[in-house]
Amino acid sequence: MSNGTIALGLSLGLVAGVLSGLFGVGGGILFVPVLVALGLGQVEASATSLLAIVPTAGVGIWRQARYGNLRVRPSLILGIASLAGVAAGVKIATSLPEHTLRRLFGVLLLGVAAQLALRAARSRHKVEPA
Amino acid sequence: MVRPLPAKLVAIGLVAGVLSALFGVGGGIAIVPLLLLVCAFAPREAAATSLGAVAITALGGVVLYALRGDVRVGHAALVGLPAMAGALAGTGLQQRISGTTLTFAFAAMLSGIAVWLIIG
Repeated sequence: MSNGTIALGLSLGLVAGVLSGLFGVGGGILFVPVLVALGLGQVEASATSLLAIVPTAGVGIWRQARYGNLRVRPSLILGIASLAGVAAGVKIATSLPEHTLRRLFGVLLLGVAAQLALRAARSRHKVEPA
Repeated sequence: MVRPLPAKLVAIGLVAGVLSALFGVGGGIAIVPLLLLVCAFAPREAAATSLGAVAITALGGVVLYALRGDVRVGHAALVGLPAMAGALAGTGLQQRISGTTLTFAFAAMLSGIAVWLIIG
């Protein structure tokens, strides 16, 4: 690992953390490509990204609990159901063409983004909820 | 504050888990919009609650991968330690922007990821 790649890892790690805290996502979308750039294989990068997500999300959870935004019971239900989903997803992943799925998911996300933007635009006329 | 049906949360969690296994795109990207659109969460609540779920899923994944010997602790620290500082800043910043701005910004990030998925 050169100094340059270490600096890249540190700075993109920081950016991933900001996105994680700001938007409530894990940051894996940045961690994985950075770890691959640092020389890890795809599986190692995914595995290592998950380990990096745990303390990152931990800091976010701690702060959000203090700010009064965390809803513990829904978090637990979502997290546990998600674990079951991961197990199912791994089986599906091995039986379907990944490229097509990626594109379909991309299109779906665009639709969701448009829906969210529309809602936010409408809610501007109402009182901001908390 | 609306109390969401557990069945809805279970369904969202399952969908998020399947998607993250399929695309390696974390569950949060699915959980946050679904909490907003399906469960009528406020934007900051959706983000906070998603983080709780993501931590559980990631922890489960780490245990499985660690048993296979795929986890590189040093590399995780290299990106994870600055990310912890980033998360502190990100959550702080989130409290100072409106829910509407937050939702717009999230939609923009989602669009970026969508384009990356479609092109990549």
